[in-house]
Amino acid sequence: MGGPALRQKIEERFDGRVLDGGAPDGMQTFLVEPDLIVEVCRFLKEDPELRFDFLADVCGVDHYPEENRFEVVYHLYSIPFIMRARLKCRAGDPPKVPTVTGVWRTANWHERETYDMYGIQFDGHPDLRRIYMWEEFEGFPMRKDFPLKGYKDAYNPFGEDIDAGGRDD
Amino acid sequence: MTDVTILTENKKPGGGSKEVLLNLGPQHPSTHGVLRLVLEMEGEIVSRIDPFIGYLHRGTEKLAEDFTYTQIFPLTDRLDYVCPPSNNLGYAMAVEKLLGIEAPIRAQYIRVMMAELARISGHLLITGALPMDLGAMTVLLYTMREREMVMDLLEMISGVRMHTSFCRVGGVREDLPEGFTERVAEFCKVFPQRISDYERLIAKNRVFLKRTKDVGVISPELAIDMGLSGPNLRASGVDWDIRRDSPYEIYDRLDFNVIVRDGGDCYGRWDCRMEEMRESTRIIEQCMRDMPEGPFQVDLPQVAFPVDKELLQRSMETQIHHFELSAYGFKVPKGEVYVAIEAPKGELGYYIISDGSEKPFRMKVRAPSFVNLQALLGGATNMNYLADVIAMLGSLDPVLAEVDK
Repeated sequence: MGGPALRQKIEERFDGRVLDGGAPDGMQTFLVEPDLIVEVCRFLKEDPELRFDFLADVCGVDHYPEENRFEVVYHLYSIPFIMRARLKCRAGDPPKVPTVTGVWRTANWHERETYDMYGIQFDGHPDLRRIYMWEEFEGFPMRKDFPLKGYKDAYNPFGEDIDAGGRDD
Repeated sequence: MTDVTILTENKKPGGGSKEVLLNLGPQHPSTHGVLRLVLEMEGEIVSRIDPFIGYLHRGTEKLAEDFTYTQIFPLTDRLDYVCPPSNNLGYAMAVEKLLGIEAPIRAQYIRVMMAELARISGHLLITGALPMDLGAMTVLLYTMREREMVMDLLEMISGVRMHTSFCRVGGVREDLPEGFTERVAEFCKVFPQRISDYERLIAKNRVFLKRTKDVGVISPELAIDMGLSGPNLRASGVDWDIRRDSPYEIYDRLDFNVIVRDGGDCYGRWDCRMEEMRESTRIIEQCMRDMPEGPFQVDLPQVAFPVDKELLQRSMETQIHHFELSAYGFKVPKGEVYVAIEAPKGELGYYIISDGSEKPFRMKVRAPSFVNLQALLGGATNMNYLADVIAMLGSLDPVLAEVDK
């Protein structure tokens, strides 16, 4: 089953509420609203003709300075039917997306990483803490307005001055 | 290294044991890097594991947004530093897909051969290190001997032992050196015998079997749910290998078996890797046998340096291209791509979004070790004692540099 059939199944089930995002690299993409994401994921995982049982990756993207700049991208894989799909979800403002840990347990650390790097909140996540950065760390390093060298402090003499502007959190 | 905090007195009737918080790492020989585990212990039974990672976080993804596409290769080396050629390969494939080009066939053979050498190198380390974690020191000494041979081969190709950075977008950096074919043939001849030697040494050792057999069993459903991939998943009985199921580069021309074990225990994961090394040796032999003559990089001046260095002396255009490529890098058309390869640790994915400039807008690395390490969070059965956690950790084969990115 390829892209067109997958599109049709999603169209039948969600009736225009899930938009087709094309297939930029040959991978079928869907644009999903945050309040639908869990339902779409569960459908893709449990439908007997799709069975996307493997969540390969969850990552954040920062489309600064666009409106609703944060996007969460899910990469799914179906081990029985050997196909991939991508879901994209614009997180709104403040950035908030329901968690998919209830669908795939592996989403746990992926979502923690996305939260740590972008500050996107995952509603209902069992353990949403920072994962790479230390707990006292301020700011979200992968955001486009976070300087590459970080902000100046006692441990980082080469960082940028906090007052220099650009920071909006 | 380990300090102990007593949490609460167990007030249960008849229970005299105390709950203890045990800190394992970040500097500990059996954590394979800087991993810190906080273990909640009831006596010798581990009731909960809380892993803390990030000690090696270098911000690879953030750095990549400020690097040109060629400059990113050394960053990918430092993800899974035990087997850099596979990391290079995945990244190069992703950028090539964005550019809509393909490396010449000879380059693909060289890359695949190097990736398989890397797989052997990575598996040799862990198949030796797991018994060492469990008290059998000897195996590691022998596997390191053979790993040195692999290192020598990689050094012969690229000039360095570890961080090879040998792939380029659209090919590889250089052609294979003279005399390499004989050296690699020699290695492929002796290596299968050496694998049998390791197995004779440890595979039937009673202590080793007691420590690993039926310990840390991960069911197939749990393994998929937890997102495990690579040997860790196949040891649980899930027959999935990206090299076979969605072949990339020249894997569809090669004949190899996908090794599957159905135990899902620590021994199965270890054994799976042993057997995979045999298959990798076969792949390398086939690569060296079938490798055609031809160019080792694409003839595309915007992306690759000229093969004929003489041209630089004579042709003005070549000089301009060379200068522009060195100074600014090349532009990649707008778009996005996700490419996954079967790295030694599992599915290694690169998700790159390009905004049409010389630097990626976003590069996400789907690091297999990061996901595999989650299996510690719970669900695996028969992992009760502290000693079992060590066996489990070793058999999952995390490389902390890749976990932390």
